[in-house]
Order: sequence, then C-alpha cells, then structure tokens
Amino acid sequence: MNEHAAPRRVELVCPAGTPASLRTAVDAGADTVYCGLQNATNARNFPGLNFTPDELRKSVDYAHARGSKVLLAVNTFPPAGQFQLWKDAVGLAASVGVDAIIVADMGVAAFANRAYPQLRLHLSVQAGASSPEAIRFHCEEFNVRRVVLPRILTVAEIADIHRQIPCEIEAFVFGNIGMMAEGRCSLTNYVTGLSTNMDGVCSPAADVRFEEEADGTLTSRLGSFVIDQYRCGENGGYPTICKGRYTCSAHSEPYYAFEEPRSLNLSALLPDLMRAGVTALKIEGRQRSRAYVKSVVAAFRQAVDEIVSGKEPALTNLIALTEGHKETQGAFQSKSWR
Amino acid sequence: MSMSAAAPELTLGPNLFNWAPETWRDFYFRIADEAPVSVVYLGETICSKRAALFTDHYEKVAERLAAAGKTVVHSTLGETASKIDRRLVSDVCERTSDLVEANDASAAFHLRGRPHTIGPLMNVYNEETLRFLAAKGATSICLPVELPFSATRVLCAAAAVEKVTIEVQVFGRQSLALSARCYHARAHGRTKDTCRFVCENDPDGLVLATLEQKPFLVANGVQTLSYDYLNLVQELPALQAAGVSRYRLSPHSCDMVQVAIVFHGVLDGALSTGEALARLEQLALDAPFSNGFHHGRPGHAWSDLSVSSH
Repeated sequence: MNEHAAPRRVELVCPAGTPASLRTAVDAGADTVYCGLQNATNARNFPGLNFTPDELRKSVDYAHARGSKVLLAVNTFPPAGQFQLWKDAVGLAASVGVDAIIVADMGVAAFANRAYPQLRLHLSVQAGASSPEAIRFHCEEFNVRRVVLPRILTVAEIADIHRQIPCEIEAFVFGNIGMMAEGRCSLTNYVTGLSTNMDGVCSPAADVRFEEEADGTLTSRLGSFVIDQYRCGENGGYPTICKGRYTCSAHSEPYYAFEEPRSLNLSALLPDLMRAGVTALKIEGRQRSRAYVKSVVAAFRQAVDEIVSGKEPALTNLIALTEGHKETQGAFQSKSWR
Repeated sequence: MSMSAAAPELTLGPNLFNWAPETWRDFYFRIADEAPVSVVYLGETICSKRAALFTDHYEKVAERLAAAGKTVVHSTLGETASKIDRRLVSDVCERTSDLVEANDASAAFHLRGRPHTIGPLMNVYNEETLRFLAAKGATSICLPVELPFSATRVLCAAAAVEKVTIEVQVFGRQSLALSARCYHARAHGRTKDTCRFVCENDPDGLVLATLEQKPFLVANGVQTLSYDYLNLVQELPALQAAGVSRYRLSPHSCDMVQVAIVFHGVLDGALSTGEALARLEQLALDAPFSNGFHHGRPGHAWSDLSVSSH
C-alpha cells in the first residue's frame, strides 16, 4: 500500500428513509443509496419510514436511470416461525433488481445464497463481523462480496483487515454512532419488549417520554427508566440507553457510563480511510430529513472528489448537522477510545 | 410435543466475571465435587486480557471437572477484534480435542467441519440458521437470552430433526450487549489498555443506577448485563415439554451449588416449581428475579406464574 499515493475514488453510500429521500440522495451525488422495507426485515423499522414494494421498484428505476445503485437492507434476525417475511423481502429484492442486499443473519444469508445465487450479498454491520476470520467465514459460506465494518475499529485495523479478506470493505464515516456492537444489543428489548435484532427498533418513540419539572429540568425516559436529565437551556437528546447518564459506586456524580451523545464525523480521516483500502464510505441516517440527507451527501460528495483530485477537503459545515452539536471520531482514530 | 427422549441436563455456563484466580479455582473445584451439573463451560468469553490470569489453574480445573464426570467445553470470546482476541480464539479452538463453544463467527471459522457447540452470544434466532450451523458441525446450541418461548418452541422442533441439542439459560444475569469499549475502565477514568484489571472488584459486575437511583444495568468489562437475575425455574416444565434438553446456570458469587441442586430437583421431578422458587428466593441475591424475555415481555419484567391465570 502506497501511503502517499492519491486515494482512489470511493463509492459514497447514502441513506434513504423514503422514496423522496432516495431521489434527493441520488440527485445530490450518491453513488449508491440504501433503504429498507416497511417491516421488521430491516434495522430501521420506524413509523413513517421505508418503502412499499411498489415504491422500491420505482426507486430502483429512478436510481438506475441516473447511474446510481440501490441496496436493500434485510439486516435483522428473523425469529423462528416468522422466516417467511424475510424470504419475501429477499425475493422482492431479486425481482426488482436491487444491486445487492445487506444481510446479517446467517440463515437469511444462507437462504439468499441458495435461492438467488445471482443476488449480490453485503454483510451488514449488524452481523458484527469484526475480525478477518469472521468476515472470511461469511465470504466462504455465503459468497458475501462486501462487509460493512463495525464502528469499533481503528483506521489502522481497517487497513490490516483489508489485507486479509477476499471482499470489499464499506466503512461508516458520518452519523449516529451506537456504542454497542451492532447485532449484539438487547438493551431496547430489555426495557420495552421490542427487539433491535428481531423487530428492527432501537428506543422506539412509543416508549419515550419527556417530563418537564417546575424548575425547567427536562427528564427523558424510556419505558420506566430515566435515561437522562437536562437543565433549562441544555441541549437535550433523544433518549437511547447507551447514551444515558447513570451513577455507580465508582461515580456518585451522574456520568455517561457508555458514551456521550455525539455523532460520528470522520471527515478529517477521510484520506486515511480511503488509503486503508475502503471501497465504499457509508453515511448513517435513514431516519433523517431530506434536507439533512441533501446537505450531508453533497458535502461528502465534494470532499471525496476533492481528496481524489489531491485537494484539501472542507467539511466544517457538517458540524451543525451532528447530534447535540458534538461529534467524535469514535474508535477510528485511536484505541484510547476503548 | 415431547421431542427429546434424552434426560434433561443441567449445565454451568462460563464464568463471566473477573474473580481472583484462587477464588475461580476453588469455585470450580466445589462445582466438581458437589454440583449436580453435567456440562461445565470453561474459559474467558468477555475480555482477552483476562484469559492469562487463569492459565495457571485452567488445566487442573478442567481435569478435576472431568474426573468428577462432567463434560468440559471450552468457551471462546464473544467479540473478537484485536490481534490478542484473535490469537486467543484460535488457541482455544486449535489446542484441544475437547468440545469448544463458539461465541462468534471467528470461532465458527476455526471449528467448522468438526463437532462443536454454539454459545448464547452467537445469534441463532431461527431454523435456517440452526440448520446451517448443524451442517457445519454444531451439536448443541444455546439460544440468545432475548428469544421468546414462542420461537424457542419452533427451534426445538427443527433441532430434533437435525439431531441438535437445544440449551437455554435459566439462571443468572442476562447478557444484554457487547462493546469494543470497556465500561469498567471508563467508570474509573481509565481505558481498556490501561485498565489495571479494575473489574476484579466486582464479582457480579458493576451496578449502574438511573438518575432516580433505580438500579438498572450491570457493567462487566465490555459486556452490559441485566441488573436482575434471570430465573426460569417456573418455566422448566414448559421448556422440557418443548424439547429443550440443556439448562444453563450462569455463575455468580452466590451459592451456585445450591442453585444447581434446586434446578436439578425440579428437572428430576423431586421438587415442585413453587418450592424451588421459594428456595431460590432464600439465596439473598443483591437483585430481583426476571423472566420477561421468555414471555415476550420487556426483559426486566417478572411474572409469578403461581398467581397468574396459568
């Protein structure tokens, strides 16, 4: 690997929560958009989000006509007895001509590889494949062609993995960063009875409550548990368990036991990531607005193109879009994050 | 729907916590001598840094358990990322001809093609995954803790066809999440690399409370567990009828021999579930029981079946 060579062009993979967002992302310069169906087969099964089969068909046509690709996330874990819904999603993906499906469950991967051998498989971050052996296992057993790496690896580790696996790498560069290893988190189910892995929900809105005290203090709850409290004027976030404030014997003062509510912004590390052998850069945020998608996609499009042509990218305007106006480079920069 | 004619077996899952090496050794010696468990899972599943702490006693413990007639299965890490993690997983898989329990796809990579077991940190949610893993050599599968009984029942039927044994955790704090970050180190202002094994102070994990002082979760290195203790003693008859044949107790600092005796008593038919529950309540644990996931409810919930319409 030549560390000083200009990074080669990478594919920008952008979120589409709705058909309108998909068109926005395509028009803003997304090489690829990813989306999900309106059910538990994808990990962003939120009300008001996602695609009907007919919308998916039309969206694929729209994207293909403009040279963009479409990926369908079928990246949850079907509970026994309900597998048919996931089979239907895979079958639909094949019939409307999506460019790949993003899978996490070994059973879904085995089924797709068996029933639709021509359908390209990407391994979802939800599969939690964080070592070369785990990735190779999925490549060899299911003919996986690309892995979406967990957000827990440093750039150096990504480069190292790249040398040891037979498939492409897609890495997250921007968006909401979850602290827990994807596909291994039952915190939401523990509190609400709805599962991230099986139902595709994380901190469902129906279980969220905000309570305002007389002094203006705002308390956020998920189910019966307090997740955080904000003083008047403090920037309050949406309550997710891994971004809440707690106490423990080592910390009588409340602290963010898992992580502060921040967004991931790797724009500064973009050149390094591109040199690490990453094929595609992924922007999180299917739940975000069209305006957000448009700004982020356009900014990253410009940055990636600038880097490829040897220029210094300017991405300061992205900070305002990050959660609570704070951002992090997460695990990617160094291991001290752990 | 009795799928399995095999006698139910009680198993002891891997110890999840960082106990002093002598405490760890003596715990297993007592299990070997006194606990009515058939299978004991040994090995570090949470943090590769900890594994070296127990190497001095590991062989002796494994031999003592085997001599007492227990089947020893070597468990692997739940999350494998660093070079040290990867070496630990490949060492555990390669060094023994004993059974190994895979807890992630890295271990499945090493173990495919030879008989092995699948641990609860692997995601086996459905029949397709079960059939795939059985074809790779899995002989026994411990289901994820969040799986509801409605799915367990379907999986048991599929497992019977594949001649795979189904195992379910029935006692102990429930593993809810894994992370690359060590929350024990973070609580003490350290990082995973500079932790100085601060997790050794919490034999059952570090309790995290909400801002209302309500105990909520438990940190154990990179793992997050439930505050409450899973207790499916009341559900044993239903699980047995469905075809579950292995019942896993997850080790804690409480009297695990007593826990094993109580669960064994119910599986044996010697003890009613009501009497068993009363005895488990006398353990004086630091937290309440839960059984919500089994019933498709929030995992922290508790249903007392003796007072329900059941």
